[in-house]
Amino acid sequence: MSFLTLDHVSHYYFSKNNYTKALDDISFSIQKGEFIALLGPSGCGKSTILSIIAGIIKQTEGKVSLQKKEVETTASEIGYMLQQDYLFPWKTIVDNVLLGPKITHTHSKNTEQKALKLLKEVGLAEVANAYPSSLSGGMRQRAALVRTLINDPKILLLDEPFSALDYQTKLKLEELVSKLLKAYHKTTILVTHDIGEAIAMSDRIFVMDANPGTISKVFEVPIELRNEPPLLVRRHPKYQILFDKVWEELDQRENVQTKKVVSINNEGD
Amino acid sequence: MKATNTDEQLFKAYLSKVKKETKIVYTWQVSILITFVLLWEIASRLYWIDPLLFSSPTTICQVIIEKFSNGSLFTHLEVTLLETIAGFLIGTLFGILLAISLWTSKRFSRIMDPYLVILNAMPKVALGPIIIVALGPGYVSIIAMGAIISVIITTLVVYSAFNEVDPNFEKVLISFGASKWQIFKHAIFPATLPAMISTLKVNVGLSWVGVIVGEFLVSKQGLGYLIIYGFQVFDFSLVMASLVLIAIFAAIMYKFVERMEAWLIKHSSS
Ligand SMILES: Nc1ncnc2c1ncn2[C@@H]1O[C@H](COP(=O)(O)OP(=O)(O)O)[C@@H](O)[C@H]1O
Ligand SMILES: [Mg+2]
Repeated sequence: MSFLTLDHVSHYYFSKNNYTKALDDISFSIQKGEFIALLGPSGCGKSTILSIIAGIIKQTEGKVSLQKKEVETTASEIGYMLQQDYLFPWKTIVDNVLLGPKITHTHSKNTEQKALKLLKEVGLAEVANAYPSSLSGGMRQRAALVRTLINDPKILLLDEPFSALDYQTKLKLEELVSKLLKAYHKTTILVTHDIGEAIAMSDRIFVMDANPGTISKVFEVPIELRNEPPLLVRRHPKYQILFDKVWEELDQRENVQTKKVVSINNEGD
Repeated sequence: MKATNTDEQLFKAYLSKVKKETKIVYTWQVSILITFVLLWEIASRLYWIDPLLFSSPTTICQVIIEKFSNGSLFTHLEVTLLETIAGFLIGTLFGILLAISLWTSKRFSRIMDPYLVILNAMPKVALGPIIIVALGPGYVSIIAMGAIISVIITTLVVYSAFNEVDPNFEKVLISFGASKWQIFKHAIFPATLPAMISTLKVNVGLSWVGVIVGEFLVSKQGLGYLIIYGFQVFDFSLVMASLVLIAIFAAIMYKFVERMEAWLIKHSSS
């Protein structure tokens, strides 16, 4: 029984004098509790897929369903963390975290305690009443994660959550997020352009291709790697093997892309 | 030990330099004022300029003191101040409300666009006679003029500020299933509060224009009325005295709004 299903989903962005086919015929399904990584070059439609699943934009064609329900107004069941943290600068950290409950009118003493508990879990207890501007990039990212988790979403969509961080912070955060999500048995889709991160965090890797966005290949992460924390995965012998395979796939795709661009340019002459 | 001493000394030297600079600026400001007033007085007494037309500082002071002591100036001043404050508040409030209504519907804002452009380009005081015909020759018309002069520009400025809010804040809220009103409350309003507050400063100046012109036209009460009256009976000391009062109170009001702005910005972000 699949949890989330995308069925022949295509998406176009229209503007007055142009249109972009961002996604072309994307189909996949995800089981409950699975951790999926969407890997691909920038502009291949990764963020678009997440926005469609989150119900923020409506796909041009196809169907998206979460537990058999169409994703239209399931917003509160989906936790979407945007590419940047987008903490509201005029709210304290704890108020940022409590946005979800306030929007869904479930705010109470309980949610407040839950917010503080989650903040403590990610090491932000001391800055609960601080404003986002006084926090470092890694701290902001953790706060944004807690804000996404507070409403107990059934599925988490993380859009390049670690891409703006320095390497060390990124590794630590991967570790923390992986632990946290395992503890809460969350189904997750992680967008990234970092092969290592995709292998370290996920169970399956969907490699995407651009112009238009399609899923070109799916890699299964070996079972031995799945339950290891990300730092250990990166040291595992099988990690390197998979890394090379994914690398090769992306490299090939890139070559194809270059040829496409060259041929388009030639046509134009 | 030595190092900290010189550090301290450098800092002190810097501070005293800043202080000295401020002092120089003040000295110049005061000198210019005194020179201007003195020149005016001398020019008037020595008939370099016609004292009947341009009056003189001492005569203006006498007029002000005299009118204050017999109480006749108070009512005029009070009327003008109240009208200006009312016009200012109403104009700002309606401008913001109109901006909100434009924000709630993209289509509505597109429909309204040409009308707003025309209304904004229009010199609002030209509407004065029509307003007086519609609302009667009284304080209601004058307040309406004080308000109408700032309402459209407020709408345009605030609406464009609404549109400049990063749409990703909106996306965060939509991902929680937020309604339009919740988006406004949690993202649009707090993000644009500084912009809304800064329209206050512009509007307070505009309202003075509307109210004074309104008083010219209605000619019953207020400092604008005194100017017109003085002009008609050839009492230019009265005209000048009214102008001086307008300058003083417009500046006070502006400073007050400026303080309020600083206070609001400080307290809305913390
Ligand atoms: N709002 C938009 N309007 C027009 N084109 C867009 C918009 N958002 C994304 N695109 C285009 O769609 C494609 C996919 O974008 P996106 O989903 O952001 O890719 P990714 O997240 O993989 O970098 C890109 O070519 C991008 O230029
Ligand atoms: Mg993206």
